[in-house]
Amino acid sequence: MNKNLSVPSRILVAFASGALIAVFFLPAWRIDLFAPQYPEGLSMYIWINKLSGDVEIINGLNHYIGMKHISADMFPEFKYLSYVVIFFMLLGMTAAISGKRKILLAYIIATIIGGLLVLYDLYRWGYDYGHNLDTKAAIQVPGLSYQPPVLGHKRLLNFDAYSFPDVAGWIVVGAGVLVILIYGVEWFLHRKK
Amino acid sequence: MRTFELKKLQYLLIAAFAFFLLESCKSKGTQSAASGDASKAYVAPGKYDEFYNFVSGGFSGQMSVYGLPSGRLLRVIPVFSTDPEKGWGFSEETKPMLNTSHGFVPWDDAHHPELSQTNGEVDGRWVFINGNNTPRIARIDLKTFRTAEIIEIPNSAGNHSSAFVTENTEYVVAGTRFSIPPDDANGDVPIDSYKQNFKGNVSFLSVDPKEGNMKIAFQIRTPGVNFDLSHAGKGPSHGWFFFSCYNSEQANTLLEVNASQRDKDFIMAVNWKKAEEYVKQGKGRKQAVRYAHNTYSDKTHSATSTIETEITVLDSKELADLVYLIPCPKSPHGCDVDPTGEYIVGSGKLAALMPVYSFTKLQKAIADKAFDGDYEGIPVIKYEAALHGEVQKPGLGPLHTEFDNNGNAYTSMFVSSEVVKWNVKSLQVLDRVPTYYSIGHLMVPGGDSRKPFGKYLVAYNKITKDRYLPTGPELTQSAQLYDISGDKMKLILDFPTIGEPHYAQAAPAALINKNSVKFFKIEENEHPYVTKGEGQAKVVRDGKKVHVYITSIRSHFNPDNIEGVKVGDEVYFHLTNLEQDWDVPHGFAIKGANNAELLIMPGETQTLKWIPEKVGMFPMYCTDFCSALHQEMQGYIRVSPAGSNVPISFSMGKTPAPSAAK
Repeated sequence: MNKNLSVPSRILVAFASGALIAVFFLPAWRIDLFAPQYPEGLSMYIWINKLSGDVEIINGLNHYIGMKHISADMFPEFKYLSYVVIFFMLLGMTAAISGKRKILLAYIIATIIGGLLVLYDLYRWGYDYGHNLDTKAAIQVPGLSYQPPVLGHKRLLNFDAYSFPDVAGWIVVGAGVLVILIYGVEWFLHRKK
Repeated sequence: MRTFELKKLQYLLIAAFAFFLLESCKSKGTQSAASGDASKAYVAPGKYDEFYNFVSGGFSGQMSVYGLPSGRLLRVIPVFSTDPEKGWGFSEETKPMLNTSHGFVPWDDAHHPELSQTNGEVDGRWVFINGNNTPRIARIDLKTFRTAEIIEIPNSAGNHSSAFVTENTEYVVAGTRFSIPPDDANGDVPIDSYKQNFKGNVSFLSVDPKEGNMKIAFQIRTPGVNFDLSHAGKGPSHGWFFFSCYNSEQANTLLEVNASQRDKDFIMAVNWKKAEEYVKQGKGRKQAVRYAHNTYSDKTHSATSTIETEITVLDSKELADLVYLIPCPKSPHGCDVDPTGEYIVGSGKLAALMPVYSFTKLQKAIADKAFDGDYEGIPVIKYEAALHGEVQKPGLGPLHTEFDNNGNAYTSMFVSSEVVKWNVKSLQVLDRVPTYYSIGHLMVPGGDSRKPFGKYLVAYNKITKDRYLPTGPELTQSAQLYDISGDKMKLILDFPTIGEPHYAQAAPAALINKNSVKFFKIEENEHPYVTKGEGQAKVVRDGKKVHVYITSIRSHFNPDNIEGVKVGDEVYFHLTNLEQDWDVPHGFAIKGANNAELLIMPGETQTLKWIPEKVGMFPMYCTDFCSALHQEMQGYIRVSPAGSNVPISFSMGKTPAPSAAK
């Protein structure tokens, strides 16, 4: 079995890991909220190092139910996520340049673990944000929590909340799928050798 | 078989006609329902109207904004009159807007809104409107739907023939309805010395093409007649302005008789390009006057009032080729120019016909000196020399004319209470519909511009009598919407208006709604007393003055407990609304305050002045239902006696220690 990747595969791997640079210029995740009073919707964008969108308006609304004030300080991840992405890019590039399948496999495993960690992290933050409420909040519904969905839709009081990757997030997902496909194709072509 | 069918049809038609006759005999008053398809005026809930309709509020002094074709009232914009609901004229920031050379004037009579134009087409940037009583012109900014500027007109009384614009909004005009002795002359003269001492005036205010700021460029001094209405030339007649005038008899009493003696009064044609040349050549006389010029800034959220002291006056008697008079039968009222700019319609309100003048013929008459003598030194053009033709027997009491995009004109008939449609070129009457009742102005969207949009016509009626449920002796006035897309005008909707609707304008919604401001950015707020964040809230004493830097955000004021205020203090609540979201205003009211509430938009700062006169506890609260906890948005101000030594203190969210009571 050939341990090296073909040239087209290496170019694609380089392209996929290079595409991760998008997260520095575009938001990775978005949470959209719709309510009767907000037919136009409220959107919060999560970048790898900051938040943008209607964060202040969401904070203004959420203080009634005692949710914390969302700010960049809540996310220690913002301090190191850039380095993590650079690490992934370098790892991908190393796989492409060296052409070693093992490095590519390591890259894929790291990507999957990284992706799962991101989802877990989002869940953990959402759990805390949705459950850890101010005991002096004006509106308190016994037994109710306001944890936003990790992925997909959830109804929170008068709001419909939607949580999905944003453009850069989709690029990361696409790049991950691409390298997995490349690995699969390489494995398929060389399986008998 | 065939003939039988035809006969049957004939009988049916005759029967239908007889029924129609019967119906039309009794179809008076409230029985007169819509003649057209009323569903054409239906705009489903949640859907937008096709046009914004800007309607003068008449003696309310304000301007209302309706949606067409639904007739839904969208907003009443305070202009010349105070409006306690919005704090207009009550907040410290807006008081200067109503300043004049006579001091603070809290009311006026607003008649003629006019949208700004570019290349003779409505451009949706500003609306100008005249203040009739204390002569003024206001400019309303259509980004905020608020009054941005008000300028007073000197040497005038009754600014009626206003606020019409030239085709690129180079100028907005004013004209005095009353002739009076000029402001720098002695006005303490016998009233019956009218002919010696009273003068007329028309004013041209230049408009800054970018910011819209107005400036009195020049005034033209005229004989002592009464100016009524006006319209700018356009296309070929661009560079000219036409004013109707009555009382060429120069009567000073019982005008209804004494100003109706002459067979013809005039339409005054002003060559304003010539006027510009004369001003440039220094032919104008500088006159010392006093008039207020008020502007509102969306940066400082405050108005400034400046008293200006000089204008340039051009004398129509001395300067040749500046002004001509065209005879017009019987006290002309409306003076309207068709979309091509070639035809000028005069409406003698007591005349049995309507003259239509040709601009080409007018120019030829001037070149040929086809004059019929002069009127106080101004050449009077021979009536026939400028005449395109007369509309014969159009109806009784013709007042105003608007135009569609197919060469037709629509004239309101006050006395016979109808709208008459006629062709501008052929002068043939094409159709007439009744109005309920006594129509004054009428309006077609874009109907006085080079590009009318047609489709609808709105009649503005003075009398409603039996049209709506009665409301005691004071009844509403009304607007009636007609579908004019076909050959026949059809009534499709009827709705009440605020004040008295005079002229109106309409523009496609798409020209305006995309520019509508949603809120003011707090970081751009340059108000001298802004509080940009709750941490900066404070109360500062400066002698007898107490400045409260207070904020509002759902659902509390900061501070909401204030102590140390004394009887006789001048307390200024500078309230900054910290919200940065669409449609979240907060209101602010204090018990016993001798003015009004504040209504503060997100990102804005407004100030309420309050002089407490009694010792005690004064609650304050938010008046605009802002959130689920709006009712909790309240606070207290403790007022101590004048000599008290209670120090200034302020707080929010501080719960007292068990024995803190003093």
